[in-house]
Parts: sequence; C-alpha cells; structure tokens
Amino acid sequence: MNSPLSNPNPTDWNGQHMQKRIARRYAAERRFKAMGFIAVFLSIAFLAFLLFTMLGQGVRGFQRTEVALDLDFPTLTSGTSAASITGPNADAALSSLDLPGLVDLAATQQHGAEGSALFTSAAAANVRAMLTDDPELITSRQRLWLPAASDIDNAYKRDGSPATEKIVSDLAAKNLLQTGFNWTFLSGADATDPSVVGIWAAFKGSLMTMAITLILAFPVGVFAALYLEEYATKNRLTDLIEVSINNLAAVPSIIFGLLGLAVFLSIFGMPRSSALVGGLTLALMTMPVIVIAGRNAVKSVPPSIREAALGVGASPIQVVFHHVLPLALPGILTGTIIGMARALGETAPLLMIGMRAFIPAAPQGFTDAATALPVQIYLWSDEVNQGFVEKTSAAIIVLLIFLLGMNALAIYLRNRFETRW
Amino acid sequence: MTGTALLFLILGLGLVGWIFGRARGAAFVRAAKGGPRGRVNSLPSYHGWFVAVCAVIPAAFFLFIWQSVSPALVTNMVLSAPASTDLPQEAFARAAVLSEARAIAQGFQSSAFQPQSEALVPLYREALDYYKWLGVAGSLLLLFAGAAYAFTRLKPDFRARNKVERLVMGALLLASLVAILTTVGIFASLIFESWRFFSMVSPFEFLFGTNWNPKNVITAGADNGYGAVPLFWGTIFIGAIIAMIVAIPLGLMSAIFLTQYASPKVRSWVKPILEILAGVPTVVYGYFAALTIAPAVRDFAVMLGVSNAASDNALAAGLVMGIMIIPLVSSMSDDSIAAVPNAMRDGSLAMGATKSETIKNVLLPAALPGVVGGILLAVSRAIGETMIVVMAAGYTANLTANPFDTITTVTVQIVALLTGDQDFGSPHTLAAFALGLVLFITTFFLNYVALRFVKKYREAYE
Repeated sequence: MNSPLSNPNPTDWNGQHMQKRIARRYAAERRFKAMGFIAVFLSIAFLAFLLFTMLGQGVRGFQRTEVALDLDFPTLTSGTSAASITGPNADAALSSLDLPGLVDLAATQQHGAEGSALFTSAAAANVRAMLTDDPELITSRQRLWLPAASDIDNAYKRDGSPATEKIVSDLAAKNLLQTGFNWTFLSGADATDPSVVGIWAAFKGSLMTMAITLILAFPVGVFAALYLEEYATKNRLTDLIEVSINNLAAVPSIIFGLLGLAVFLSIFGMPRSSALVGGLTLALMTMPVIVIAGRNAVKSVPPSIREAALGVGASPIQVVFHHVLPLALPGILTGTIIGMARALGETAPLLMIGMRAFIPAAPQGFTDAATALPVQIYLWSDEVNQGFVEKTSAAIIVLLIFLLGMNALAIYLRNRFETRW
Repeated sequence: MTGTALLFLILGLGLVGWIFGRARGAAFVRAAKGGPRGRVNSLPSYHGWFVAVCAVIPAAFFLFIWQSVSPALVTNMVLSAPASTDLPQEAFARAAVLSEARAIAQGFQSSAFQPQSEALVPLYREALDYYKWLGVAGSLLLLFAGAAYAFTRLKPDFRARNKVERLVMGALLLASLVAILTTVGIFASLIFESWRFFSMVSPFEFLFGTNWNPKNVITAGADNGYGAVPLFWGTIFIGAIIAMIVAIPLGLMSAIFLTQYASPKVRSWVKPILEILAGVPTVVYGYFAALTIAPAVRDFAVMLGVSNAASDNALAAGLVMGIMIIPLVSSMSDDSIAAVPNAMRDGSLAMGATKSETIKNVLLPAALPGVVGGILLAVSRAIGETMIVVMAAGYTANLTANPFDTITTVTVQIVALLTGDQDFGSPHTLAAFALGLVLFITTFFLNYVALRFVKKYREAYE
C-alpha cells in the first residue's frame, strides 16, 4: 500500500520547521492587516490635513485688522447736524460732505504723511455706512475703528515687509490696532484690493445658478425616473434612454461646459456668463444623477402598493402620482441633494461659459453677468497678493460648510424617512 | 413687460383657469347628485387641470418661440427703415452699430460710442415696443382662446381625466427624451466643431504630432502646431499612472480593511469620513495641491538633487488627484468583495488559511472583474478631471516621464484655449472641441467597458 494517505511520516505540526512556518504566516497576516490600517489612516490623515490647512489659513480671512481714527466731525464738517444727513436727502447730503477727503485729512494729521495708506480704499464708505446707521455720530468727536489696508492687515496677522512691520508695531504700541470680524467678507463682492473683497456676489450667483438647476433638473429627472421605472416598455428607445443616462452620469463635467458654450451661447445666443446659462448647463449635468437616484427609490417601493391602488380602481397615473411618488420621495430628495451638492462645487463647466469674469457687484437678474463661489475661489487662487490667500481659504470654508451641510441633510433624510419594506 | 413677467402672468391666468374649470366640474357633481343626469366621468380637479393646461401650454409655447424669433424681426424692421440705408456695408462694423443701438434702446447702456448708432436708437425703441406688444397680445390671445375652447368642452360625461393623463404621460416621455437629446447635443456639437477644426488642421497631425503650440492663425513655417500627443501623454501620466499609483493601493487596502478586519462600529464611522473625500469640490483639491503640496514636492525634489524641479510639477497634481479618487476605488472594491459568496470565503478559512491568505488567494481573484471595472471608472474620472490639473499642473506641453517636471493635460488645454476671446472661426478655439471629442470618446469607451465588466461579474455570482 503506497498511497500518500498511508504516509508513514505524518506532518509533525509541533516540529520546529512547522512552527516557524506558522509564525511566518501569522506575521504575514499581521503585516497585511497593518497595511490595511495604514491605508485607511493615510486617507483620513490627508483629509484632516486638508481641512486643518484650510481652517488655519481661512480663519484669518474672516478677521480684519482695524486702525483707530479720530474724526472730529463738528470741525471737519463745519457743524453739519444729524438732522441734515437723515431723511430722503441723506444720500446727497453725505456725498456733499466729501468723506474720502475728510478721512484722508484726518489720517494724515494723526498718522503722518503716509497716514491715509494705512486704511483700506473703502474706509470712507465704512464711515458713510456708520453715519447712516447712527447720524448722531456727526455731532461730536469720534474714535472710529476702520479696516486697515491690505499690507498692514498682513503684517499684523503674520509678517510683512520690514517697513510695514515697523509701522504695525508702532501702532500696536499706541493701542491703535485691533482685530475685528470682517463683515465686508460676507457682504462684499470681488475687487482688486483684498481688504475690501467679499463673497456675497459670488454666493448670490451660486444661489441663482442652483435655483435654475433645481427648477429644471428636478422635475425632468423625477419624470424620467418615473417613466423608465413605471411605464416604459422594453424596446430600443428605452434602451437608448438608459444608455444615455448612464453615460451622461459619467461624462467629464468639462464636456458639459463645451456643450453649453457651443449650444446655449453660440447657437441660442443666450447671455454670456449669466446664471441662466450656468444653471442650464449644470442642470444637464445633475439630471442623470437625479434620474439614477430616483429610479432606485421608485424601484424600492413594493409592488403590493401599486396592486392595491390598481385594485381599488386608480388609473396608472393616479397609482404613481398618489402612491408611488410620495413613498419614493425621501429617496429622490436624498439623491437630488447629493446631485445639487455636486453641482454647487462644480467649477470647470462654468469656466467654459464665461462665468470667470470679474464681477464687482452682485447680479440682479438671471441674465446678468455673474460668477459662482467655486469659480471665485479659482479666480482668487490666481492672485499673487498675500491678502487673497486667506480670503481664498475663507471662501473655501464657506463652500465646504454648505456642501457638508447639504450632505448631512441628505444622510439625515435618508435615515429619518427611509422605510424598509 | 419682460418675458419673465409675461410668463408669470400666463401662469397666474392658468391658475384662474384651473379654479374656474374645477368649479365647473364641482357643479357637474352637484347637479348629478340630485338629478337624473348620471355619473360625472372625471373628478372636478381634472376639469380644472384640463382648462389650465389648454390655456397655458399654447401660450407658453408661443412665448418661447417669440422670444427666440423676435430679435431677428426687430433687426429686420430697423434695417428696412430709410434711416438705416447709410449703415456700413461691412458685416462686422454693421453688427457693432446695431448691437450698440439695441443696448441703448433697452437701457443697458447710456451713451453711444459710435455716432451712427445714436440715430438708430429711436428706431430700435419703436421696433422693440412694436414686437413686444405683438408678443404680449399674441400669447394672451392664445391663452384665452385655449381656455375658451377647453371650457366649452367641459360636460358631465367629458373624459377630462383621460385627456389630462395622456398629457402627463407625454410629459413623462418628453422628460426621458431629454437625456437622449443631451447626448446627441454633446456629440453633435463636438463633432461639428471638430470637423471645422479638422478642415484647417489635418487629423493626422492632431493625433500623432508632437508639437503643441496653438496659435490663432496658422502661418506656414512659424512655430505653431496642433500635435496633441504631449497632451495625451500628460493626461495618461497624471491621471492613469501617478493618480492610480496612489489610489489603487490606498483604495483597495481601505476597502479590504473596512470589509474584512474593521468592527462594524469602526466601519460605520470610517466609511462616511472617506465619503467626505469624494464630496470635497475639486477646486478645493486644486487649491490645496497648488498651494501646499506642489511646493513641498519641489523642495523634496531639490533635496533629492533634481535640479529642474518645477513648482507646477506633475507629481503634486497626480498625488492629489489620486487621493480624490480613493473613495471611488474603495467603494467599487467594497461592493465587489461583498458580492463574493460567503461559501467561498468560509471554505478557504475552514481549510486553515489565514484571513490574509483567504483575501489574497480567494476573495480578490473572485472579485477581480469588479475591482478592475472600478479602476477603469476611476481612470475615466481622473482623465476628465479639470480643476486639479488646471490649478496645480502646468500649461506647457512636455513629453517627459519626469514627475517633477511641468506637464499639461487635455483638460488644462481646453480651459486654456477657451479662456479669453473666443473666435469660432479660428483653429485656436475649435481645437478645444477636438480635444473635447477625444476626451468624450475615451471616457465613453472606458465607462462602457467598466460597466460591462461589473455587470458580467455580478451575473456570475447571482
């Protein structure tokens, strides 16, 4: 009997050779597990690094350095009364005061010949806003804190040239510097001077673009999902629709930008860099995402619901719109929010249709030239001025807060309303 | 009255139509209850919808057509006036004068730069007014005609529900056709503009040439070229090589760790965190790559003794792009590993294999088609990615395999070519569409193959 089963020397599992082999295999096991852990750790570490870098730089973008300026209004304005700068003629009255000149004069008197260079180019506008808020200020001598010019701001926050550093330390020694919250950043628009820029114009452009996207992509996406899941018979047209949707969901976003440029701008002659065209382009990009999410949500509604509705005499349309759609809505909304979050962070297609223009004021209508928040980030990232670095990071923080908020809302909706049948 | 205001007016009147139609339907129901007239076919609200739809749809359709046709009609009316006979004959100058006059007439611009346009302003105002009121009158007329027609058709036995439902069905089908329309639109516009490009530059030079130096006008002998090979190489180098070297090991190992080793609690925390990586906008990655990673990589290269390290090096862009792709690779691998039947895993473990041996020798080979499909999707995502490379990679076409050198990609060049003045008659602008066509076909092919891979494999185990 020479079969291998009757081997006269069975494996000695406790022998030195086998023990070594087992130890080696266990070591390999531990190494493999450690590699997996390192992969997860590296990914999370990178995310943390990215977020902390943005946060670290961006926080300064929300702060501004303010320099004190004593304005002796009664002397400067030769006794203008509070009443004269209120009422319907307030604008004209304030303009006639020549505030820029007054601020320059006061700055030169108090801070030397280069005094007015300490303040931002919008200092007079700030004074004007303060006077509009509280006209009584004009009746007495006031110490106003006005935002500093960009290089002073930089020098106070981190480091500037030796000359500005000296100015800053002198001012700080006299307690003439303080740090305040940069309201302009939330309310302003793009500018060439980093001390007066803000994200409101870009943000409003983003909101308007998103509104157009939602109005167009949501109904079309939901309707298409309902048609494909509930009514479409299996034929070549349906196949073609499915292939198109799956393909569109994976087409690079820049291609949609080329489509927008060639079709909406060149052929239809729609206004360049407007929220309308941006919204249309992003709607085409978002629609497939909503269709795919919508189909999954509709598919998960059990057939018994449809059969029950049909059984009591509802028409096929009534079955879908009265019963299936309401039950699928949480899933559809989750997909829509995720698609909208993606559209909100999208930049490349908007560059193609010209939303990269310099927009110094918030757009008033859907056909006005506008920009969007991610595009604004891109534009600022190209600026060499140090002041723009922190503004870019601050804008990124605002964008990330919105995106994370939208994603959190989607997850909440999913957990809260999703029914397991 | 602007188009938007008119649209809202139409919708408002449609609502009024709905209310009247519904009231009429409710009256039928009341009459049927007491009288001998039998059952009413449709619910009152369907009568309302029927009237509203008949009123709004033709009017809105007319408004849409009118908005796109009336500018040409206005221009024609202005041109046929005697005052416009002395306009410049040359098409470009003529268009400039006309558009300026129109802008002033519409109130977008306050004063004229060209003396001739001043004279045309009143003409334009008149023509704009004339056609505007014609449009308003036309759409309102259609609206009332539609509403009146619908209202006269309302009867107790009128099948309003069937009519409305047929319209809803049509709307559903129309919505699905938007996807086909978009695909056709993309394809047609890319093909059309590329065809114009290839009538100026030979496709052979574009696909196989190595000199990329786009100029507005092609001059013989000068240094201009549309050879896109350096761009294709750059795209592959950054998107399919460097990014994948980062994304495949990290993504695959994360998926293995999370599905095979991590406890459910860890998994439920770590997975959403990884998903955040996919949710960060690409412009943020691009900024991060350009500001933080690229200088670090250059310093590292200088430390290694690479003298010509660029600040916009390929490595930084590729690294960050790879990290962006991790969640995609990870979730695709996760799905395919989870789809392997447990019996296979249990069998291997029962034979005494360790967990890692089971994963390497049983699970991964079984899940390989799905993993490969996921990687192909990731490559397609990476080569179409724009913002990271626009911000972190360079603009210089460079046929090099040195990751510390500057290199450019297809998407970067599309952005570069379309920035600034666009002239649809010059190869400079049209080249962007040719690049777009190549990108579209490549990603389409990759996605198609990837989905086939994944689908085939899923069927094998189901």
